[in-house]
Amino acid sequence: MVKINGEEYQYENKQLTAVLEELNYDKARIAVEINEEIVPKVCYDATVLKDGDIVEVVSFVGGG
Amino acid sequence: MTPTREEFHNALIERHGAENQKKFDKATVAICGLGGLGSNIAICLARAGVGKLILIDFDKVDITNLHRQQYKAAQVGMPKAQALSDNLKEINPYITIETHNTKVTEENVIELTKDADLVCEAFDKAENKAMLVNAILENAPEKYLVSSSGMAGFGSANLIKTKKISKRFFLSGDSVSDVNDGIGLISSRVMVCAAHEAHMALRILMGETET
Repeated sequence: MVKINGEEYQYENKQLTAVLEELNYDKARIAVEINEEIVPKVCYDATVLKDGDIVEVVSFVGGG
Repeated sequence: MTPTREEFHNALIERHGAENQKKFDKATVAICGLGGLGSNIAICLARAGVGKLILIDFDKVDITNLHRQQYKAAQVGMPKAQALSDNLKEINPYITIETHNTKVTEENVIELTKDADLVCEAFDKAENKAMLVNAILENAPEKYLVSSSGMAGFGSANLIKTKKISKRFFLSGDSVSDVNDGIGLISSRVMVCAAHEAHMALRILMGETET
């Protein structure tokens, strides 16, 4: 089980890129932290979620 | 008549307390983007007596900015960084201001913000917001970062909140109201979000890092 923005998902052992695609995130508009550590964009492909990971995906919208 | 530096400082101490004011005096805050968010954040922080602001924007004041950004009609056509600096100096003549009339990129963001204790993200485009946040969190993890997402439209101002995402990263806004949905940017709601960012920034500088 992993938590993404407070919701539980069965995404352990799954690649971060695949999870973000499945949840329809636009990679150009997000920042991802796992267990309060930023995941650099170049590491999305190589990052595999582990059981118990707490993931925050901050997805930006326009306006300022 | 303009108050002396000492009079000005004493008035700030009267409002904020000496201990807090000392922290604001020695703080440096970088504001990336000087539109509806950034110009309002800058005014809040300048009024609070934050010692130094780094103002960064590549753009010039446009007539369509005047409905929500802290510029004057006569400043249309001026670089925003210079125009805002002039306006802030009228409010607080004793603040130190560094201006950069340049576009913030992945390549220059760390250099531009290197002297800042805290960075306020105040861009308009979602991609630029994401770029800045990723760059700071990856390359300058010692800095505090206050960002924002979702403040367009006439929706309730009460939906705008500040969340703590991680130890040094805070996010203001309603997270969903996207200007690209054609709902426009309304001065009052953008100011609410700017005030959230500025207020969180002041709280962080005081040492209070909970929302």
